[in-house]
Amino acid sequence: MSQTSHTLAAGGDNPRPAGGVQGPQRRLRLAAYPSLLAMPALLLLIAAMGYPLLTVTLRSFSDPAWGMQNYVWFFSTPVNVTVLWRTFSIAAWVTIVCVIAAYPYAYLMTAVGPRMRLVLILCVLVPFWVSGVVRTLAWVILLQDSGIINSLIRLLGFDSVKLIRTQTGVVIGMAQVLLPFMILPLYSVMRGIDLRLVQAARSLGARPSLAFLQIYLPLSLPGVFAGAIIVFILSLGFYITPALLGGPRSTMLSTLVQSQVLSLLNWGRGGAMGVVLLVATFMLLALAAPLMRQRHKQASRS
Amino acid sequence: MRLAPFRILLGLFCLLVAVWLVMPTLVIIPMSFNEKKSLAFPPSGFSWQWYENFFTNPDWLTSFFNSLRVAGLVAVAATLIGTLAALGLSRMKHSGAGLLRAILITPMIVPGVVLAIGIYAVYLDYHLVGTTTGFVIAHTMLAIPFVIIAVSASLEVFDVRLETAAASLGADRFTAFRTVTLPLIAPGILSGLLFAFVTSFDEIIIALFITSPYLKTLPVQIFTSITRDADPTVTAVGTIIFIATTLVISAGLIISSKSTRG
Repeated sequence: MSQTSHTLAAGGDNPRPAGGVQGPQRRLRLAAYPSLLAMPALLLLIAAMGYPLLTVTLRSFSDPAWGMQNYVWFFSTPVNVTVLWRTFSIAAWVTIVCVIAAYPYAYLMTAVGPRMRLVLILCVLVPFWVSGVVRTLAWVILLQDSGIINSLIRLLGFDSVKLIRTQTGVVIGMAQVLLPFMILPLYSVMRGIDLRLVQAARSLGARPSLAFLQIYLPLSLPGVFAGAIIVFILSLGFYITPALLGGPRSTMLSTLVQSQVLSLLNWGRGGAMGVVLLVATFMLLALAAPLMRQRHKQASRS
Repeated sequence: MRLAPFRILLGLFCLLVAVWLVMPTLVIIPMSFNEKKSLAFPPSGFSWQWYENFFTNPDWLTSFFNSLRVAGLVAVAATLIGTLAALGLSRMKHSGAGLLRAILITPMIVPGVVLAIGIYAVYLDYHLVGTTTGFVIAHTMLAIPFVIIAVSASLEVFDVRLETAAASLGADRFTAFRTVTLPLIAPGILSGLLFAFVTSFDEIIIALFITSPYLKTLPVQIFTSITRDADPTVTAVGTIIFIATTLVISAGLIISSKSTRG
């Protein structure tokens, strides 16, 4: 670190001799190039993320031979296309469930007193207190055919529902893991909404539902977008929850990647699937970026 | 008054959501005292046998200490590197800062499995599979974004003029940083440290790929024991982690409330 800045100091437009660069002057140089402080992080990122992702991409084009055959294989095999489609549809379901559950919850967080708010926030944070894998096991306990949820359903007089090893079970488990990522951005946006605007609409004769639809909802939408994008993107890459809660009919793309590489040792095909997943993620991010920027602008205006 | 039924409905709905959020954590605790080797709820009888198994079975203990060691090293490395990066980013004036920040945060959104097969491929070439070094490098990369976010948040409310003031009173940059900036952003650094520790301690996807019979972390041990045989020891481990986290967080809350009062 100091070596780099020293070289820079010596090579740059340094009016004084670079000889005994000590103390203040060296630090002055470092202060002139604050991005140098981020270099260790960037180098580690290139070594531990950039290089591995490059390797995956290269192998998807070169293993076993150069060309597009792995991608042709991926998109021409019905099973893969089904799984790709299912991955997106599960992610969409998880996002919808999260929005529906988080919106009233985040609203209540802004509407109650500080003590109650603390309780609500604790409920959001408690899921993080046990290890993620343990939490998935808890879902196995809850969702299994003899589990609590099915006992409750039977107690209410209905037939038991198959939850474990179904897509419904996977969505319930994943949405619970991802709900905090929806609640927290929503809460931070809703907290900034000036409730007097809603009162003003009411005083001008709007019914509560109209005041909500025309005033509150549009103002809270940036939070919904931000949370939905995070939840959707994180869902696409889920691996553990579908692997433990799902059955063969709820396999997601991550599981296919894993089995191609670890079980079949087919790096080319596994790599191609990985690249598809990666490209989908970044395309979504690129599409979402303008919406996110919008949010920033709005936030800075208020 | 007309809104009362709406209020009740809202309260009930949110109660359901809260139960949904908390239930998986709470269901683990009674299960850990189960007498039978089954995961059926409700548990029957009472016994400490799964805790006993955790503390006597070398598989569980070794993986637990492996995780502690890796997460400890990751917490230190990620906090150092991440804090430096956050400081650098906060002092960058031009538009490059936003781009650099976005790049440094990408590990949070890259799908875990894609990252895992890439790291596995590279580690096979460099003989890093199943080594502490391998685990620490991969987990530090994953943890740095959390440190950057935590430290940046406290730097955002930090008044740079305080540093200028210290400098005008004769402190050199390093002294000003050590005596003014560092104590003020310490809460951010501490929460970054905690996040980094937890990220590594809880990481499973990459760990499943780069693990070896000689180096298993706790999540890997949990995963294999869930998939191989429904071993209730997992519920005991979950309860221990839950209690430990509760203690750490309560201690943190008490310390922070004392320091803000003092």
